[in-house]
Amino acid sequence: MSHTVIIGNGISGVTAARHIRKRSDDRITIISAETDHFFSRTALMYIYMGHMTYENTKPFEDHFWSKNRIDLMREYVSTIDYAKKTLQFSSGGTLAYDKLILAVGSKPNKFGWPGQDLDGVQGLYSYQDLELLEKNTHGPLVKDPAKKKVKRAVLVGGGLIGVEFAEMLLTRGIEVTFLVREDRFWGNVLPKEEGELVARHMIEHHVDLRLNTELAEVIPDENGRAKAIKTKDGETIECQLVGLTAGVSPNVAFLKGGELEIDRGILVDEYLKTNIPDVYAIGDCAQMRNPSKGRRPLEQVWYTGRMMGETVGATLTGTPTPYKPGYWFNSAKFFDIEYQTYGTVPARDLDGLSEFYWEHPDGKICIKIVFETATRRFHGINTFGIRMLHERFDKWLNEERSVDHIMEYLADANFDPEFYRTHEKAVVNKFNAEQGTAIVPKKRSWKRIFSKA
Amino acid sequence: MKSIKRIGLILLIAGISIFTFSLIFPSYEITDYTVNQHFDPIIDGYQIDLKKAAEEGDTSAVTQAKIKVDSYSALRDRLLTTKGDYGVNFVALSSAIRTQLNEHNEALKAESNWDAVIWDAPRDFAASMMRPAATGPSVEMKGLFLFLTFGLAMIGGLMYILPNVVLMGPPGIKNHHVFHEKATNRGWIGWLVFVWLVSFYILLYFFPDYTLGWVFPTDPASQFLKNQDASRWFLYGLMYCSVMTVMAIRMYVKYRNNRYQIVRTSSVLFFQVAFAFLIPELLTRFNRPSMDFKNIWPLDYDFFFNWNLDQLIAEGTLGVFMLVWGIALIVVAVPVFVYFFGKRWYCSWVCGCGGLAETLGDPYRQLSDKSVKAWKIERYLIHGVLVFAIFMTGVTLYTYFSGVSQVAGVDTYDVQKTYGFLIGSVFSGVIGTGFYPVMGSRVWCRFGCPLAAYLGLVQRFKSRFRITTNGGQCISCGNCSTYCEMGIDVRWYAQRGQNIVRSSCVGCGICSAVCPRGVLKLENGPEEGRINDNPIIIGKEGIQLSTDVTK
Repeated sequence: MSHTVIIGNGISGVTAARHIRKRSDDRITIISAETDHFFSRTALMYIYMGHMTYENTKPFEDHFWSKNRIDLMREYVSTIDYAKKTLQFSSGGTLAYDKLILAVGSKPNKFGWPGQDLDGVQGLYSYQDLELLEKNTHGPLVKDPAKKKVKRAVLVGGGLIGVEFAEMLLTRGIEVTFLVREDRFWGNVLPKEEGELVARHMIEHHVDLRLNTELAEVIPDENGRAKAIKTKDGETIECQLVGLTAGVSPNVAFLKGGELEIDRGILVDEYLKTNIPDVYAIGDCAQMRNPSKGRRPLEQVWYTGRMMGETVGATLTGTPTPYKPGYWFNSAKFFDIEYQTYGTVPARDLDGLSEFYWEHPDGKICIKIVFETATRRFHGINTFGIRMLHERFDKWLNEERSVDHIMEYLADANFDPEFYRTHEKAVVNKFNAEQGTAIVPKKRSWKRIFSKA
Repeated sequence: MKSIKRIGLILLIAGISIFTFSLIFPSYEITDYTVNQHFDPIIDGYQIDLKKAAEEGDTSAVTQAKIKVDSYSALRDRLLTTKGDYGVNFVALSSAIRTQLNEHNEALKAESNWDAVIWDAPRDFAASMMRPAATGPSVEMKGLFLFLTFGLAMIGGLMYILPNVVLMGPPGIKNHHVFHEKATNRGWIGWLVFVWLVSFYILLYFFPDYTLGWVFPTDPASQFLKNQDASRWFLYGLMYCSVMTVMAIRMYVKYRNNRYQIVRTSSVLFFQVAFAFLIPELLTRFNRPSMDFKNIWPLDYDFFFNWNLDQLIAEGTLGVFMLVWGIALIVVAVPVFVYFFGKRWYCSWVCGCGGLAETLGDPYRQLSDKSVKAWKIERYLIHGVLVFAIFMTGVTLYTYFSGVSQVAGVDTYDVQKTYGFLIGSVFSGVIGTGFYPVMGSRVWCRFGCPLAAYLGLVQRFKSRFRITTNGGQCISCGNCSTYCEMGIDVRWYAQRGQNIVRSSCVGCGICSAVCPRGVLKLENGPEEGRINDNPIIIGKEGIQLSTDVTK
C-alpha cells in the first residue's frame, strides 16, 4: 500500500487527504505542528471575539479522521531526505513516505523593522498566534482601565487581516491605530472609491486610520516589550501591542538550501508537482511556474488551497488533473460590510478598461464594474453590501458577456436575503446616464437562474 | 448609556425576584366564609337540579342530585375542620385540604359508592379552596404588584436592551463575547436560569395550589380582558406575551441590519399576541369555545379528544367552523404552505413555541449540539413522538366513534394521560423551554415536536424551499453551524457547495445572517436541482466530485 504523507493540516492538506481517501485505499498521514485537528483558520478572529469556541471551528468531528483512516501526527518536520524519502522530526522521530505533499502554509511578513521581534509584537496567522494574543492582551470582560494590559495597539499594514485584527481588539476595549503605507485602505487590491468606503466604515468604528504612513521602528521598554512605535514621519505613538498585518509569505524557510526549487514559494507546475519526483506542493506555499490567465503565481486564499487539494487528490490517485482555478473570485468582510468580487477589478491601472461605479446614498453599499473599453466585454465586479451569486458571474465570464448584458440581467445575480431592498434600478439608471445606453433591467427569473444551458 | 443599562439590569432582576418570591406573599386563613365561598355555588347548583328533577318526576335524576348534594355537604363539613390561620404556609394548607378530599373519597370508594366520589384533581380542588382564603398586600393591591413584577421586569429589560442601538456601534450582528459571558456559555448564570425555568415550569404545570401567589397580581389584566379572575394559564399567556415582546425588541436591535429577521420577528410576535393569547381569551369572555386558530394537530394534541369534539359540535356554526378549520390546517395548509415556503412559514413565522425560541431563546441558539450523534438521537426521538401522537389520536377517535374505551388491551384515557404528561407537559414545557440555557433554544422543536416532524417530512421530500450555497465562497469558518439553533451542521454542506435541504430546518435565516462571506440564502425555487448530491464547486474545471465520505 502506497503511503502519502501530507505536511500541514490546513484546508489544502486536509482537502488533499479527503480526496485521496475518496478515490483510494492508500495509507494517509497528515502531520501538523500547530494543532491536533484541522480547524478553520479563517475563524481565529471569532474565537478571540467570543463568537465561537475552538471546537466550533473544526469542520469535522474528531472521530472523522479515524473513521476515514487518515492518521494524524502532531510533529514538527525539521528536515526532509528526498533521496531516502524520509522525514525527520524535531522530536527525533522519522517517517517514510512514498508520496509527499507540502501544504505548509504561510507566515506573517516582517520587513526587517527594528524591534519587530520584541515582546508584544506579533502577527495573526496560526493558532499559536491566537494563544500569544490572548497572553499579550487582557481578558475579554475586563472593563477596569487599571487592569487593562493594552490600552492602544498599532497595526502595521492595511489588508484583510489588519481589519480583522482591528475588529478583534476593539471587542476588548483596546484602541487601535492602523498604519497604511498606501494612499487608501488595501491599496494593492481595492480601487479608490472602495478603499475610501472601507476607510469611512473603519473610522465609524473608531479606528484611528493613518494613510500614507509607514512604520520606522518599534521602541522597547526596559523589559524588552514594545512600548511605542515610530513612523517614518518621525511621529511616536505609544502602544502596548503591535500587530504585523502586512501580508503573508510562504512558510518555506525550513525547506531552503536543499534540492527543492523555491522562489517566493515552492515552485510547482500545473499538476502541482515540484522539481523532485513524488513531491507536490499546494496551498499558500505553492508558487505556480505558469499561472493560468488572469491568476497570480501565489494566491494565498482559502479556496485556492481547497481547489489545489482536490486537484492533487485526483492526480495522486491515477487521474492526472491540471490545476485550473477558473476566473478569480473572492470575498471578505470589513466590520459590518461584506465584500465580494468576481472576475478581475484592477486596483490602479485600467489599461484598456473602463469602469462604472454606483454607490448608495448611505455610503455603505456600492458596485464597481470593469469592462473592456473596445469590446464592452465584462471584466470584473466588486460589490460592497450586496451579495451576488457566484455561479451567475462565473457563467457570464465564461460566456464572455458584455457589460450591457450584465446590467440588463443584474437582478438574476442578486443573492441578498429575502425582503432586502434591491438596487438594480438605481444602478442601471446611473449606468444609462453615464454610458448613453437605454437598458431596461429584467426582473429576476428562476427560469434563467436554473437554466442548465 | 452604560448606566442606563446597569439600572435596567437591576430593575429586571428586581422584577423577576419580586415575581419569584410573590409565591410566598399571600397569607391564608380558612374560615367558614372561605369554605362556603367554594361550596355554596356547587351545592346550590345541585339543589336546583334536584328541584327541577322533582318537578319533572325524574326519579333517577333526583337520586343522582341527592347523592351529589350529600357528598358535597359532607365534604364541606370535613373541610370546616381545616379552619385556621396558615400564614404563608401554602404547602401545609394544600396538604390539609387534599387529605380531607382523599379521606372523603376513600370512604366512598370503600362502599363502592361511585356516584358520590368527587373526581376533581386534588391540587386544582385545593387551589380553588385556597383562592378565597388568601390575604396580604399582593392580594389587596394587585395592580401595584403587577407593576412591581411584570412592569419592572419589562421596563428593566428594555432599559438593558435599547442602549445597544448606540453601544453596539453601526448596524450589524455583533455576537461579541457570546462564549465569554456566563449567561450564554453554559456558565453559572446559564445554569441558574436553567434551574429557574425548570422549577417555574414544574410548579406551573403540576402545582396550581402552590402558584396562587404568582397568579393574583395578574387578576386585573384578566378582569379587563374577560371579566373573570386569572387562572395559571392566563398568567402563563400574559408572561409569554410579555417576554416575547421584550425579547422581540432585542431582536430588532440586534438584527436591525437584516430585514428578513425584522419581518419574521414581527410576524411571530403578532401571531403569539393575537392568535395564542387575545383571541382565545376574548372567545372565553363571550362564552365561546376558546381556540388558538394557529395551533395545529399533532402539536395541538388534544384537538381530537372527545371533550373538545363534543364541545365544538355542541357550539353550532362557530364550533363546526373551528373543527373544519383545524382539520383544513392539517390536511391542506401544512402540505401546501410547506411546498411553497418550507416549514418556516409555521415554525419561525407563526408558531408560539417557535416564537419563544426565536426571541427568548436567541441568546442560547449557539448551544445546540451539532454532532452526528445528536442528529441521530433527534431523528429517533422526534419521529417517535410523531408515531406516539398518531397512535394516541387513532385510539382516541376509535373510542369516540365506537364508544369502546379499550383498544387492543390499552385504555384510551391512559394513553391520553401518559401523552399529556410526558409529551404535552414534561417534554414541551419543562425540558423544551427549561433547557434553553444548556441545550439551545429549540430543544422541543428539534427533539420533540410532532408537528415539526410532520412539516419536516414534507419539507424534505416535497418542497421548493432550500438554503442555497453560493458557489465557492465558503471559507468553512463555522459561524453558520455555531448559530444554527436546530443543530444542523450547515458548514458541512456549504463547504461542499451543496444546498441545504434538511427536514429540521425551521428557516430562521440566522445562518445566512451571520455568514461573513455571503454564502447562504434561504429561498423558494424550482424543485428541480434543489437537492444536489454531487455539487461541483465552481472554479475547478474537470473535477467531478464523487459522493462525499459520510460523517
